[in-house]
Amino acid sequence: MAKQYETVIGLEVHVELATSTKIFCGCSTKFGAAPNTHTCPVCTGMPGSLPVLNGKVVEYALKLADALSCQVNRYSRFDRKNYFYPDNPQNYQISQLYLPIGHDGALTIHTGGEETLPGSLSGHSANNKETLPGSLSGHSANNKEKTIRIHEMHMEEDAGKLIHDEWEDCSLVDYNRSGVPLIEIVSEPDMRTADEVIAYLEKLRMICQYLGISDCKLQEGSMRADVNLSVREVGSNRMGTRTEMKNLNSFKAIAHAIEGERERQIELLEEGKEVIQETRRWDDNKEYSYGMRSKEDAKDYRYFPDPDLPPVVISQSWLDEIHASRPEFQEEKALRYQRDYGLPAYDAGILTQTKRMADLFEETAGLSGRPKEAANWLMGDTLKLMKEEGMEAEELAFSPEHLASLIRAVDEGKITRQNAKKVFAAMFREDVDPLIYMEEKGMTMVTDTGAVEKVVEQVLADNPKTVEEYHSGKTKVLGFLVGQVMRQMKGKADPGQVNRMLLERL
Amino acid sequence: MEIREMTAARIGREIKRKNLGVRETAEAFLEEIRQQEPRIHAFLSVDRKKTLERVRQVEQGIRDGRYTGPLAGVPVAIKDNICMKDWNTTCASRILENFVPTGDAFVIQKLEEAGMVVLGKTNMDEFAMGSTTETSAFGPSSNPWNTDHVTGGSSGGSCAAVAAGESPLALGSDTGGSIRQPAGYCGVVGIKPTYGLVSRRGLVAYASSLDQIGPVGNSVEDCALLLSAIAGKDLLDATSLDVKLPDFAAASEKSFGGMKIGVPKEYLAEGTDPQVKQALADAISLMSQNGAQVEFFSLGLTDYVIPAYYIIACAEASSNLERFDGIKYGYRSENGEGLHEMYKYTRAEGFGDEVKRRILLGTFVLSAGYYDAYYLKALKVKRLIKEEFDRVFARYDCILAPVAPDTAPLKGSSLSDPLKMYLGDIYTVAVNLAGLPAVSLPCGRDDKGLPIGMQIIGNRFSEEKILRAAGSYERLRGTFGRAWHAGR
Repeated sequence: MAKQYETVIGLEVHVELATSTKIFCGCSTKFGAAPNTHTCPVCTGMPGSLPVLNGKVVEYALKLADALSCQVNRYSRFDRKNYFYPDNPQNYQISQLYLPIGHDGALTIHTGGEETLPGSLSGHSANNKETLPGSLSGHSANNKEKTIRIHEMHMEEDAGKLIHDEWEDCSLVDYNRSGVPLIEIVSEPDMRTADEVIAYLEKLRMICQYLGISDCKLQEGSMRADVNLSVREVGSNRMGTRTEMKNLNSFKAIAHAIEGERERQIELLEEGKEVIQETRRWDDNKEYSYGMRSKEDAKDYRYFPDPDLPPVVISQSWLDEIHASRPEFQEEKALRYQRDYGLPAYDAGILTQTKRMADLFEETAGLSGRPKEAANWLMGDTLKLMKEEGMEAEELAFSPEHLASLIRAVDEGKITRQNAKKVFAAMFREDVDPLIYMEEKGMTMVTDTGAVEKVVEQVLADNPKTVEEYHSGKTKVLGFLVGQVMRQMKGKADPGQVNRMLLERL
Repeated sequence: MEIREMTAARIGREIKRKNLGVRETAEAFLEEIRQQEPRIHAFLSVDRKKTLERVRQVEQGIRDGRYTGPLAGVPVAIKDNICMKDWNTTCASRILENFVPTGDAFVIQKLEEAGMVVLGKTNMDEFAMGSTTETSAFGPSSNPWNTDHVTGGSSGGSCAAVAAGESPLALGSDTGGSIRQPAGYCGVVGIKPTYGLVSRRGLVAYASSLDQIGPVGNSVEDCALLLSAIAGKDLLDATSLDVKLPDFAAASEKSFGGMKIGVPKEYLAEGTDPQVKQALADAISLMSQNGAQVEFFSLGLTDYVIPAYYIIACAEASSNLERFDGIKYGYRSENGEGLHEMYKYTRAEGFGDEVKRRILLGTFVLSAGYYDAYYLKALKVKRLIKEEFDRVFARYDCILAPVAPDTAPLKGSSLSDPLKMYLGDIYTVAVNLAGLPAVSLPCGRDDKGLPIGMQIIGNRFSEEKILRAAGSYERLRGTFGRAWHAGR
């Protein structure tokens, strides 16, 4: 019988912090500037330059430590990690090894089947069947909650970027990213499947976004995950030899890389070969990973405390302050939406997937007084258009004020639902004012009952034959009459209202 | 009186009274440099044009009332590991031979605010690693008292320039004695300030946790004035400290009457030249006869200071010097193929032997498996030394000690035995490990006429006390004389 294998996975996740300046100098962290324009003697490693810690970085790290229930090293320190590479201007990276800011935390993830919404788990019956469609998870029927332990989290600086110029056959270096603050979160090897890995990353991303400390975009590299993976026979207590995979810049790539690496390692073991402890680079186009360096030529980074930076001493009152300012996270928010707005768990879950969406919902609900309507617009048209455009919630541009006024316009019968969808599509694209747009496009309906009544009576008078047909039992002709009214109104009347008026008079 | 005979304080006063012109002063020292450099080689770069341009600014600034301090218009020489915009800053290394910084060090900004005029950049041991200036890639400096002898180091160029009358003041840096020891060998005064009193921004780092910039001059008062000009909190140096700055020059004029001064017995042990011991004994009796209470005591851990110092300093240096890689600035070798060979050849050709030795030593002590045994242990020793000094300063106001076991050795006699050279740092390195301030000043001459130095060490941020002690000793001792008085 074939052996059964278990995959053991731990993650090292780098999150780029959304501070406006770099970790050790005053240069801007803005993405996409001309090469080497956001640089100074500090982040280019000029002789005599000295780092000065950006307090915001510590604050953000403490927020995350709090959210991940980490123990905080009240006396924390920066260490130098020494290695030569041109993207690293000092040839050492300032990081934390010996006394990282946080350690021994935990992150609870939910997997199994189509992912059950965390918001619906607590306080509700266990057999709640409402699930989130379009989840990345597989198809098991079990809803599982699992705690992934966090080994440690630390602050460090990012490196610059090397660009190879094929034409000139030389390498160029851009130090704009050098010194951009990062937090690295190292998990224990507690994950067993790609589903769990993705649930962990999604949860971590959600927490960072809710905290407002990072936008966590994998494609832009503001969230990067290295996967440490080993396999072992089911039931074994010993860890297999692990490899570390890098260059994974989408959830899809991560899922593929895990599958590929698991198979590669099992194949080696089945052939009686050994897995070599090494770093491997994933090539998403070829869907294959190849070895970069093995443990034998592993670098000795010669870590030691950076003498240019005094220890970071964190007061209890600062920790208390951070804890007190902890935002409402998704689970709590989803429960509150169910309680206060009467939304179904399903809706509450979807709306709280991103902070941006939740903020849009709450503001629109408040302004319009119609939470269910706000929820419908966001879950229906918004998600549909986002999917079509391949957009993230962070990129949504329309304002809650405009959405609220569209909801009111529908409510008041100023626009048909059909037209409202068109208006919304325009709002979604360029945040137009719906009232102005409706007017310009001639979609505003005549809500003056008197004017509609006049046309209704005119149409009845003009079509005596049809009226007769109606009375003789051919009630289908009502549609024709409605159509006549609507035509004369140029579509700016509420067909329901017209219908009612005609029936009253027939 | 010739300008070179004057103290910096006097020059400042004469300029203020308009008895001396700023230009006239600068020209006099530039002429001194022109005449003496072939013999002394204290400078690595002198730029007459830049200096005279600065003179014009200072003259204007004095007229405008912008420069009113005691050192306005006074010339100064700068050790070549302190960055100055538009001036080559080489650290006496081939690897930085053509390096021109884009900005000024904090201390240079401070000197500018004080209205001082820079004469040039001074010679040193390569990256401040050495005790003689003989590791300079551009040749050693010569001791103005006897040019067959070394100046000491690493701030040998700065001390020689002051001793030879080429500059009234200079800035040096002290990581393990690099100001105090050459000041002692050259018969001038030098101060190693408390760690954190003077910003290190713009000082090309050797060992970051030990480096301090400090003044070199012909009198305690001169050094006190220059220290006042450069001290102070720098927001861009996280290790610089915000402390209240007393009037250092005023302190140097006070008497040491009633002060308790301790002399470590271990610092007068065998291996120290009897003439050095005798000079120190003379200083002790002079001080005790004049109201200071001087006592011998036992200072622990003296056997451990040299190893601890070399482990910590080299470890930090191995990392600090990684940035010199041929990629961004400085020397790049044309030899080899590809990135890694470029690194190897650049560093092999760019660094001298002593620098390589210390990089190797530092790399070794930080390596996996050795870190705990060497580096962490050295850090523990450092902490213990600090605690030992805390105990000592609970009993004494300051410590009096020799600067070095001997006087300036002959050129060419030191580098062949690096270990022996390292042992010469025995009296100076503990001060750096504990972050203490110390002033070095001449207290006698040996039978060859070479100066003998002593140092007065204080607790952290007690510059006031050591300057008081040094100033009163200096007045009791009387004029020490200048190198050219001794006859050539």
